[in-house]
Amino acid sequence: MNEITFREAFKAAIVEALNNDPRVFLMGEDVGNYGGCYAVSKGLIDDFGAQRIIDTPLSESGFVGAGIGAAIAGMRPIVEVMTVNFSLLALDQIINNAATLRHMSGGQVSVPLVIRMACGAGKQLAAQHSHSFEGLYAHIPGLKVLYPGTIGDARYMLEMALADPDPVIIFEHVMLYNQQASLPEKHTVAPMEKAVIRKTGTDLSIITWGGCLFKALDAAEQLLNLGINAEVVDLRCLRPLDRTTILDSVQRTHKALIVDESWKTAGMSAEISATIAEQGLWYLDAPIRRVCSTEVPIPYATHLEQASLPQVAEIIAVAQQMIAESQIAMGDKE
Amino acid sequence: MSNEKLHINRSHLHLLLKQMIRIRRFEERCVSLYSEEKIRGFLHLYNGEEAIAVGVMQALTAEDAILATYREHGHALARGVPMNSIMAEMFGKKSGCSGGRGGSMHLFANEQRFYGGNAIVAGALPLAVGIALGDKMQQKHTVTCCFFGEGAVAEGEFHESLNLAKLWQLPVLFICENNRYAMGTALEIEESNQQIHLKAASYGLSAQVIDGMNVVEVERAAKLACSAIRNGAGPQFIECQTYRFRGHSMFDTQLYRDSAEVNEWKKKGPVVQLSQWLKNNHQIQEEEIQAMELAVDEEITAAVDFAEAAEIEPLETLLQHVYGEISDE
Repeated sequence: MNEITFREAFKAAIVEALNNDPRVFLMGEDVGNYGGCYAVSKGLIDDFGAQRIIDTPLSESGFVGAGIGAAIAGMRPIVEVMTVNFSLLALDQIINNAATLRHMSGGQVSVPLVIRMACGAGKQLAAQHSHSFEGLYAHIPGLKVLYPGTIGDARYMLEMALADPDPVIIFEHVMLYNQQASLPEKHTVAPMEKAVIRKTGTDLSIITWGGCLFKALDAAEQLLNLGINAEVVDLRCLRPLDRTTILDSVQRTHKALIVDESWKTAGMSAEISATIAEQGLWYLDAPIRRVCSTEVPIPYATHLEQASLPQVAEIIAVAQQMIAESQIAMGDKE
Repeated sequence: MSNEKLHINRSHLHLLLKQMIRIRRFEERCVSLYSEEKIRGFLHLYNGEEAIAVGVMQALTAEDAILATYREHGHALARGVPMNSIMAEMFGKKSGCSGGRGGSMHLFANEQRFYGGNAIVAGALPLAVGIALGDKMQQKHTVTCCFFGEGAVAEGEFHESLNLAKLWQLPVLFICENNRYAMGTALEIEESNQQIHLKAASYGLSAQVIDGMNVVEVERAAKLACSAIRNGAGPQFIECQTYRFRGHSMFDTQLYRDSAEVNEWKKKGPVVQLSQWLKNNHQIQEEEIQAMELAVDEEITAAVDFAEAAEIEPLETLLQHVYGEISDE
């Protein structure tokens, strides 16, 4: 089987885009001579030259804004921000400009920009290199937010994002870069705004995305041995959110467990919970549960870091608890 | 400074004067429309600074791109964005140049490559760098002109943008409208070094400071800067010293400056300066100035009538223009 790493998948997508469209260029900190902080763009400067693989100074607001401007001028920039934590320095450009210009101009200005960011914890990088802020970006009308958790999405979502007329943010979880999987055929990859059921099941829906997807699938596998058949919903795109797929799944399984590597408070998991509560409350036979990061800045020490993150064992324990709760509740009704 | 001379004749000076009068009287009408509650939101007026927009626009071609601040009525008018669509925008109407989504602070006009109307101080500078980069990559040989106030100089985006523009030798014309107050904070309270053009020079840009009240000087400096850019000299920076005659916005009680200072600057205002010079040199008659004012007033009244009569956007369109349509290119 043709196995590649996520890193290779992300890179292949960039190479293809550069080959297919002269308007595409890659810009960011250390994407050229260094080869990318996570080595995604290694060697590309040799193949495509410094005009299309542009090393930028450490000016997140400046070069993200420059990407927006170049997109307005008709280019198709891919801007790499080294990590989502650094993207906070560019929030002004992303939120006040990229997300608003189309609307504020009455539809005249289009910003077909792709911003890639590494994100997530697990490499003992502590509180300024490990956070998950996709929920923050998913809050903003005008942006689209993608978070590939499979090798197929890592390989093919960039092309869809570049074809989109609006600013699209793609998150790349740092723990995925070295993972290997066989690359599916392109035609089997769903459109970018669709959630996908990665494993069907009947007993509960585990709703997740990105860096937590493999944990959810692992948990689902182990739950099977415990007699629980969990469905795993991969959201893939956090804005616009495919609420239909979430609600359809919950309607079938009657239980929703959300796994999110960011914090619970005012986060993505809260939005998904609210969606289910608003539109699918009567489907439920157990309370909605969430497995999220502990509400601390991610710590350095490995045992503390791991304790702060969603883990497979916790997903399994909460799933078992939900099944037990629903059985008690059903018993009460009888 | 180069000794290159501008080809200036009487009719061109008349044109400059009329454009400045047009902006001044447009702004004055906005004041009364604001008190009539026809225009709402924040309203920032350009009175006193007209020479900059009018002078700089003389140096730009239709292919060049422009970015401005929330004090941008004058730039939009001088660029040729139709007055009707500007007024209708401030009335929040469908036929406004931003479809009623932007208002006074966010005038946009793709046709004139007028990219706003940006209300985040210094927020447009990175965009200007990017538009210049995009145009350069497509071999378009344009200039991207970015207007901003001296308040922007304290923002990080100013420094990031100047560095990027010079580093990549981009065709950007940076126009700093130094009106001496960032809202109510005087330059000396805000900047350790008040020689703003020196900051630009420190990034390697060719930078100069000029009298922003003198439209001819602004035009000359802008034309020289644009020709340098078009000849591949990279980004240019012009600090235009100016003054705003009115408050920061309609809510400003102007506690931070006294009226004597305002009056002192008004004496050297751009309209009075040019009309006096023309009169003293027998290049214009008082009646000609009056005729200009009359013509401008007629145009403004027509624009107000247009805006008044214009339709509002139906509520069903509220969600439009958040996302675009995916096209099959």
